[in-house]
Amino acid sequence: MFANVEFALACGEALIVTGANGSGKTTLLRMVAGLTQPHIGQLSWRGAPVAAFDHALRAATLYIGHAAALKDDFTAEENLLSLATLHGAAPDRVALGNALAEWSLGQHDDIPARVLSQGQRRRIALARMDLARRCLWVLDEPATALDASGVATLEKRVSAHLAARGVAVIATHKPLALAGIMRKLEL
Amino acid sequence: MAAILEITDDTRESRAWRGFAWSMTRDLNLAIRSKAELGVQLLFYVIVVTLFPLAVGAEPLLLRTLGPGVLWVAALLASLLSLSRIFAADYADGSLEQLALSPLPLPALISGKIAAHWMSTGFPLVAVSPLLGAQFGLTTDEGWLLALGLLIGTPTLSLLGAIGAALTLGLRAGGGLLALLILPLYVPILIFGAGSIEAVRAGLGASAQLSLLAAALLATLVGAPLAASAAVRIALD
Repeated sequence: MFANVEFALACGEALIVTGANGSGKTTLLRMVAGLTQPHIGQLSWRGAPVAAFDHALRAATLYIGHAAALKDDFTAEENLLSLATLHGAAPDRVALGNALAEWSLGQHDDIPARVLSQGQRRRIALARMDLARRCLWVLDEPATALDASGVATLEKRVSAHLAARGVAVIATHKPLALAGIMRKLEL
Repeated sequence: MAAILEITDDTRESRAWRGFAWSMTRDLNLAIRSKAELGVQLLFYVIVVTLFPLAVGAEPLLLRTLGPGVLWVAALLASLLSLSRIFAADYADGSLEQLALSPLPLPALISGKIAAHWMSTGFPLVAVSPLLGAQFGLTTDEGWLLALGLLIGTPTLSLLGAIGAALTLGLRAGGGLLALLILPLYVPILIFGAGSIEAVRAGLGASAQLSLLAAALLATLVGAPLAASAAVRIALD
């Protein structure tokens, strides 16, 4: 799909991946997250080559893909708690409440996710960023279906993550205003 | 970097247990919310078993002979009915990716899913089986033996089925293929399960058949989650 793609990211840097539909942004991000093994080439994490599903990479990565990984029968809070626990975090009610409030999901706490709008579902998926405590964020089109305030929250969260010396790889069509070092990759 | 990287110094065992508990409680929670789905398999079992006396007539001797076989075949078919659900929903909504990327071990997470699947679909079958056995003129002892056989046998069906469900993820004709793939693997369970009641009727005792069922359960308990997690990774790649 693509070849001759090479990049290295240091702490506090974000890679913004752009490109036409079908150019392989999602494939690249899945490789970075360790979901897909590249046919040729090598992914390295902290200087050591890693294969797909490598444990060290899994413990450090937060991957938010196209699919929001939400359960329709769970409420926003249950979905968030369930996914955060799966990521190995143990959020208390305060942290959970703060994350929901930050993403303006607090008022929907007893509604199952099936009746929430596409933008609200995306907000639940992104709210994991507040709780998972990972250093590599891999975000595939995070701004899809988000309104202006949602995009602003997203930019704020990613900027804070970069300021805390985290790393982010983001595929996006919409330009994001991030505070931090941004590298660009056009596929 | 260390400030935001969660330092997890816990052991492999504790992560495995956490993974098992996480996916089992989550899947049981989900099963309870969708009560309609929960009942389908049980109702299917009851109806299939009830069809036989209607079709072959109410001749007591004939029903007594057919009984164990019918009850076991119906359990196999009922188990097949819900197999694809073990992974299909998680695959479609992206949860399976998150499971595979979790620091918790994938075989443990899948074991929890299989356990929840058996508790919500297999165990109800076990519970009603003595009652259905009475329809076929099984004695009380034979009814309990049937339930015991199913209690050991149906988890094996769920475990084997999980491998098939993982292998057929994302395929268009997945359901049909799953049945073709898995039913031959179910044959030994059927033979030993139905055979246990026959053996008791012949005065031999059922311990040999039950031991073999238990051996199959132990083997799949170890092997099936590993095989299923390998298949899930291939499906996600």
